[in-house]
Amino acid sequence: MKYMLMIYNRPGFVESLTDEERTFVFGEVDSIMAKLTESGELVGGQALADPSNGRTVRLSGGQVAVTDGPYLEGKEQFVGYLAVDCESLDRAIEIAQSWPDIRLGGGMEVRAIMDEAGAEM
Amino acid sequence: MTGGSGPAIEDLLREAAPQVLGMLVQRHGQFDACEDAVQEALLAATTQWPVDGVPDNPRAWLLTVANRRLIDAIRSEHARRDREMAVLRAEPADAQLVPGPATELPAADDDTLKLLFLCCHPALSAPSQVALTLRAVGGLTTGQIAAAFLVPESTMAQRISRAKAKIKAAGAVFSLPAAEQRDDRLRAVLHVLYLIFNEGYTASGGPDLRRGELTAEAIRLTRTLCKLLPDDGEVAGLLALMLLTDAHRDARSGPGGVLVPLAEQDRSRWNRAEIDEGLRLIGEALTWSEPGPYQLQAAIAAVHAEAERAEDTDWPQIAALYRLLSLLAPNPMVTLNRAAAVAMVDGPAAGLHLLGPLAADERMARHHRLVAVRAHLLELAGDTTAALTGYRDAARLTTSLPERRYLETQAARLAQGLSTGTPADR
Repeated sequence: MKYMLMIYNRPGFVESLTDEERTFVFGEVDSIMAKLTESGELVGGQALADPSNGRTVRLSGGQVAVTDGPYLEGKEQFVGYLAVDCESLDRAIEIAQSWPDIRLGGGMEVRAIMDEAGAEM
Repeated sequence: MTGGSGPAIEDLLREAAPQVLGMLVQRHGQFDACEDAVQEALLAATTQWPVDGVPDNPRAWLLTVANRRLIDAIRSEHARRDREMAVLRAEPADAQLVPGPATELPAADDDTLKLLFLCCHPALSAPSQVALTLRAVGGLTTGQIAAAFLVPESTMAQRISRAKAKIKAAGAVFSLPAAEQRDDRLRAVLHVLYLIFNEGYTASGGPDLRRGELTAEAIRLTRTLCKLLPDDGEVAGLLALMLLTDAHRDARSGPGGVLVPLAEQDRSRWNRAEIDEGLRLIGEALTWSEPGPYQLQAAIAAVHAEAERAEDTDWPQIAALYRLLSLLAPNPMVTLNRAAAVAMVDGPAAGLHLLGPLAADERMARHHRLVAVRAHLLELAGDTTAALTGYRDAARLTTSLPERRYLETQAARLAQGLSTGTPADR
């Protein structure tokens, strides 16, 4: 079963870390990715650029409007994701629990990825 | 040398792959190293044959190339080890036994059978068994298997390496299982083939080898197994089940990939050749021995196939067959299907009654299938409000996009009926 692990954190939180904490975070991510590659569970993952560089596209007054941002200073945002193919939800949760952002003010959301296929015959 | 087209070369390679692998393992052991060597030979053929033409003896060509790669791999492995040992003893690097020139041994039919048993070793998880079988016996490349399961190629390569390492660690041997294990091991092989078929069948098609072609692969491998075990009713039953199911392929999905249930399918779009072959196969297989679960499932598919129109379906026979199946190989899916069949014979209340115990089963209570089937029976029973809730619940529970669309459509249909105060048309 494939799951998406969505990573939420305050953009720029890395700045507020000590040198040790920063090294820890980057090292942990590398280590987890390596382990997931080795176990054959890694399907993909991306980090996203800072939201202030992005664009928001929504209806506004009946028109599709494009605005800069979002700018949500100090608020938790979607910063990236990890996609895994693993045995069970429990295993996906286990992977999420190991992600360093959790210990540094962030959070993870674990959701199954919809299958293009039907279920069993 | 003769010319060859792309698809023809691919068919040749897939057929030859397990035979070449069997010969190599027979001679040298070391299944994992041999399997890697055969993969490399296949890739070399894929590149060279379209340019240089197909060799007069394709198998010998593959065997020679694979053997050479194997020697190289063993030599470099020995060289690495010997470099490490060089300080401790004065032994020439090539003193270890190295395979001699490749000679073509007569292909043993049961080499493929041994490979199947090996790839479906109980030490492996089902997904690993599937991946390894597709590569070592199916002759698919890692890339093709990765594409079929929608994972990156490196991920699939890792899974296959780990699977082979696990087999090695478990001390598995390249031989037919002992008599007392044979039935269990064969059941595992059949299950893997069933999984491959299911993976392909339930997917929408695509231009490259994607999941749709897995059904053809599963059928091909099961045919091979049938030839190797011509008296086994369950093997024939599985092939019949696959053919009778695959026959619906063109009728089972509509625009946007929406699922069309059996009762609503345009039967003129069913593949007659597959139905005829499937009916013949199961007809024969049922006479050989007490039917096993695959034969029973094939028999059920046969009863459906014999009905010219959905309303001609012999539901009492289907209900009886599901009852047999539930005694022989009970599982929640069988109960669900049996309930749906019983509802067609004795009315929706009788079907709902059979679903009762499932709701108490923790595994099943929130399974989207149970909720969906119950919703369907509630609708038949006239309890539209409960049915609507059920369809909505099931739509939220499923992780299959086509199923979700189908369930949302049913919910919308009922919701509209309720709001306009008219019974909803199916």
